Amino acid sequence: MGMTMTQKILAAHAGLEYVEAGQLIEADLDLVLGNDITSPVAIHEMEKMKVDGVFHKDKIALVPDHFVPNKDIKSAEHCKCVREFARKNEITNYFEVGQMGIEHALLPEKGLTVAGDVIIGADSHTCTYGALGAFSTGVGSTDMAAGMATGKAWFKVPSAIKFNLTGKLNKWVSGKDIILHIIGMIGVDGALYKSMEFVGDGIASLSMDDRFTIANMAIEAGGKNGIFPVDDLAIEYMKEHSSREFKVYEADEDAVYDEEYTIDLSTLRPTIAFPHLPENTKTIDEIKEPVAIDQVVIGSCTNGRLEDMRIAAEVLKGRKVKEGIRCIVIPATQQIYLDAMEAGYIKTFIEAGAVVSTPTCGPCLGGYMGILAEGERCISTTNRNFVGRMGHVNSEVYLASPAVAAASAVTGQISCPCQL
Amino acid sequence: MKACGSVFKYGDNVDTDVIIPARYLNSSDPAELATHCMEDIDKDFVKNVKKGDIIVADKNFGCGSSREHAPISIKAAGVSCVIAETFARIFYRNAINIGLPIVECPEAAKGIEAGDEVEVDFDSGVITNKTKGTTFQGQPFPEFMQKIIAAEGLVNYINNK
Repeated sequence: MGMTMTQKILAAHAGLEYVEAGQLIEADLDLVLGNDITSPVAIHEMEKMKVDGVFHKDKIALVPDHFVPNKDIKSAEHCKCVREFARKNEITNYFEVGQMGIEHALLPEKGLTVAGDVIIGADSHTCTYGALGAFSTGVGSTDMAAGMATGKAWFKVPSAIKFNLTGKLNKWVSGKDIILHIIGMIGVDGALYKSMEFVGDGIASLSMDDRFTIANMAIEAGGKNGIFPVDDLAIEYMKEHSSREFKVYEADEDAVYDEEYTIDLSTLRPTIAFPHLPENTKTIDEIKEPVAIDQVVIGSCTNGRLEDMRIAAEVLKGRKVKEGIRCIVIPATQQIYLDAMEAGYIKTFIEAGAVVSTPTCGPCLGGYMGILAEGERCISTTNRNFVGRMGHVNSEVYLASPAVAAASAVTGQISCPCQL
Repeated sequence: MKACGSVFKYGDNVDTDVIIPARYLNSSDPAELATHCMEDIDKDFVKNVKKGDIIVADKNFGCGSSREHAPISIKAAGVSCVIAETFARIFYRNAINIGLPIVECPEAAKGIEAGDEVEVDFDSGVITNKTKGTTFQGQPFPEFMQKIIAAEGLVNYINNK
């Protein structure tokens, strides 16, 4: 019986010829990641361990991104704890405000994640790096602590679901619509404990930013990881951003999958997840009654990349955010901010009446920079629409692509750019 | 080792945002986190929970973010065990790693109601609903995880190695 792409990467990092679903293994880690929420807990746990510092100062990334620039005194204390730990342990990849970005946009950009890696991060959206053909998965702070101390983590080898993507996306349909469509199809626990392996000739037409968005939301279907084959586009991206060696793994032809789905990309429509689960999806055509909104957020580890900024700017160019609507745009890294500025997108946003923020996870998790009041509604390019996610327990979040979010900012209700 | 207590019952997909909302994540103090545990799904939980009580839920308990603050807040609130039809995988790891006992058992999740007195035997995996006089066989942990639990969490497990 053959191995899936994920199983091959795990086997190689566990020093084994062969692994199968359900097997418990201990794997060597190429990178251990934490942010300002999860790292302080990990640092505290690591202090209890009988170890002299971290396993490898170059293989740890610490990115304060959730509540920075510090939103309050307690957050400032957390960031200080992470900063001091990074200094004491001479962590190479600590990113201070000014250099930082939202972790899952930043690390690939900095060349720290490449094909064939095994990566754990104390953040659920660590699965993003599967877009480059790495095995990466979210863990908690204690796992992060053990990873920083030993360079190893235990895993139960996952089985997999295969998603065969064919055809090409239509205008105003993007990676976000693909992953929302899939989550709507299989549910928020449809891939529980499993790998989501994306294959098929439709992938060639997807940009890297589309692929990052898709892999990023594997966790919203309960997946352990999401992973793409490594094609010329992925190799080009890695060569442009990284000096690290990468290794390409391919699934065996006789690899076994629990389920297989084929999705014709040309049939997908702009898709929106209604409150309060990412699986509550409707296409734009299925929304019969107008859904009025109060706020729009365009950003996050899911959709804060340059292509997302380009699409939002394309929609907002020469148009105005509707009076009374707040539109918050958050480029995910300093580099993306700069590139968006040079391309004129930032000027477009400001002229349209949107506000542009420094990189932060802020509103996505209801931290700051766009909290909702009771009864308010937001359409957001983020990844979760749980009860109270962006603020008051009686507020609502609708998940959508940058195209739909930007168009909705113009009309004040959930809209597609084709309706403008 | 056994847990015994009164049950708080919840449905499908209890996410980590309702277990411990992000507005409290500027703290990592277990005692402080415990005072907001389950706040956005059950605002009276903290007022009513007693040491040793048990949470029972349907599928995909703990879905969403990787915040270890979620199982930490549940443990610090005094909960002795969480029983669910299924757990989200990061929550599952986190609970084991911090020494919060959790048991997957679809039959128990269906056969236990709020307020029932329930006993869980971690050695045998047997769950007893003392109120209704019914028993369920929970899924025992693999040997590897039993070692982590026996060491009272991953940190001690690594220290002992």
